[in-house]
Amino acid sequence: MPETSDLLQIQELRFAWPGTRDDVLRLPRLHLQAGRSYFLHGPSGCGKSTLLGLMAGVLLPRQGRVVLQGQDWASLPAGRRDRRRADLVGVIFQQFNLLPYLSCLDNVLLPCRLSPARTKRCNAPVIDEARRLLQTMDLPAELWSRRAYALSIGQQQRVAAARALMGRPPLVIADEPTSALDEPLRDAFMALLMAECRQGGSTLVFVSHDPRLAEHFDERLSLRDLQASQEGQVSKESQTLAAEKGPAA
Amino acid sequence: MSSLLRLALASAWNRRGTLGLVLASIALSTALLWTLEGMRRDLRSSFSQAVSGTDLVIGARGGSVQLMLYAVFRVGGATNGISMDSVRAVSGHRAVAWTVPIALGDSYRGFPVLGTTTGYFQHFAYGDRQALAVASGRVFSGQLDGLYETVLGAEVARQLGHRLGDRITLTHGMGPTPGLEHADKAFTVTGILQPTGTPVDRTVHVSLQALQAIHLDWVGGAPMPGLRISAEDARKFDLEPRQVTAALVGLKSRAAVFMVQRYVSEYREEPLMAVLPGVALDELWQALGLGERALQLVCALVALVSLAGLVATVLAGLNERRRELAVLRAMGAGPRDVMGLLVLEGAVVTSAGVVVGVLAALGAQALAGPLLQAHFGIQLQWDTPAATQWGMMAGVLAAGMLASLLPAWRAYRLSLADGLSPRL
Repeated sequence: MPETSDLLQIQELRFAWPGTRDDVLRLPRLHLQAGRSYFLHGPSGCGKSTLLGLMAGVLLPRQGRVVLQGQDWASLPAGRRDRRRADLVGVIFQQFNLLPYLSCLDNVLLPCRLSPARTKRCNAPVIDEARRLLQTMDLPAELWSRRAYALSIGQQQRVAAARALMGRPPLVIADEPTSALDEPLRDAFMALLMAECRQGGSTLVFVSHDPRLAEHFDERLSLRDLQASQEGQVSKESQTLAAEKGPAA
Repeated sequence: MSSLLRLALASAWNRRGTLGLVLASIALSTALLWTLEGMRRDLRSSFSQAVSGTDLVIGARGGSVQLMLYAVFRVGGATNGISMDSVRAVSGHRAVAWTVPIALGDSYRGFPVLGTTTGYFQHFAYGDRQALAVASGRVFSGQLDGLYETVLGAEVARQLGHRLGDRITLTHGMGPTPGLEHADKAFTVTGILQPTGTPVDRTVHVSLQALQAIHLDWVGGAPMPGLRISAEDARKFDLEPRQVTAALVGLKSRAAVFMVQRYVSEYREEPLMAVLPGVALDELWQALGLGERALQLVCALVALVSLAGLVATVLAGLNERRRELAVLRAMGAGPRDVMGLLVLEGAVVTSAGVVVGVLAALGAQALAGPLLQAHFGIQLQWDTPAATQWGMMAGVLAAGMLASLLPAWRAYRLSLADGLSPRL
């Protein structure tokens, strides 16, 4: 039985790309708790991005269940799955993840334009919430009305984070968002992202190859270990980190 | 969907350079299609409006289309003349209500000169049996006193700035190389006709006797050496014409048309033919039909190439838009929404192309209309498009949307396969 604080549960997951026979991902079990942050790592090509796609309901498993807030993605028709993703999931991509023809502010407002639920979850009018997030992400106000392509990579990543956090989605997925940033920018970005996720009560799943980032997170998940583990077991590494850091604030 | 529509518009605007070129090519092909169809309709309408109430046109035996074109529309090669005796014989037929002989051959500054009788102004009708009306002045008297009087069509007077009382000199012959002038016998403008939108507007009307008078001292298309007959002296000669180009015939009853036609074709004194204007026009359209269809096909192919350009442009840009599509997917857009977005984009570009094309065609027709009216007497009805024109535009729009399905389907497949991580 799933635990009540579980935001996302994965059980007996097997995934293969359409038209292929071999599974690219097998995951016996993974439970993510609400409000916690997870650092997901693994060698290139082990299926990290695929797992994120499955968590977001963009991809569907060949076998097994991916349950977000008590609802299996596969049990929903395509349209409702898309609407549910708009309501519940925020995504930060590796790079170039803003719509270049929209201003920063419009990019941040985009999730609320497509999801009334996220608009409802904003504590303030959406425009004020977007401005607050951009301010929190340390983006100067004079840049807000600029087109996304006019920003530096670091600025674009902060706008992308603000967009993913808009409307306090329960699950925030970040796919190597710091890979294009230098160290000082990366650390500043991480601090802002973590603080905002904590404040919004969002669960953060963060994929990166950079092991130095792991210290920012509540739990560290090795996809290779997760795939190898038996049902009910979590890798030693993950257990250790969780024990050291304790529950999320 | 309205949010997605706004995004589609913003995205298209972001790529306005390339899409603008595609739009321009669609607009061009649309304008071609629109103009061709409009001209085709207006040409037919203009021709069929040019003469009404005339049941038969009588001329020398030959091609019926050539006779119609020359006698009524003043275009094409001259036909042989017919004798006035033959015209009188036809007039005497019990079923004939009136005959109006006409003679062509001379010109005035590029405009054809028509020699006729005063009956022309009473019986000739155009459009929906509308009679000719004088805008100012009066028609020529048909008497010896008013021998050198002329009535100008509306376009002749407008273009050349003539007013009542102006004196004009006719030129011998028609065509691009003007012949010698009948300078010794000037005509006075006594009347200007109201516009009709037919070749009448481009015609200079004089009496048959006047034509006879100016050619008294001419032979073989040139003045007779050593012979000069002044305008005044000409009045003393017998000016009754012996030959005319054709005659317009009105019947007492339309039912008699084939009887009179047979009478004319069996006329023993001279080889004649009687042409039903509507039938001759049908023959003309049949002859032109192949060319029209070929032109339509070329225009349709141009439209097809433009739409292929749209597909190629959207397809080529798809790879660099995969991240954009992934962002939309993450925001809750489904593969079908992505597909819809691409179809929408195609529809927006095609619609804009069609609108721009139609506006361009209307603008061009508004500009070229007066030229066509001036040179050929063809009136363009650019402000009242035909149903077939709208039908063609609907066809282009539908084809544009259908063509957009190809890149849209590709985008659908890509967004299914890419998920959140486009593998570029």
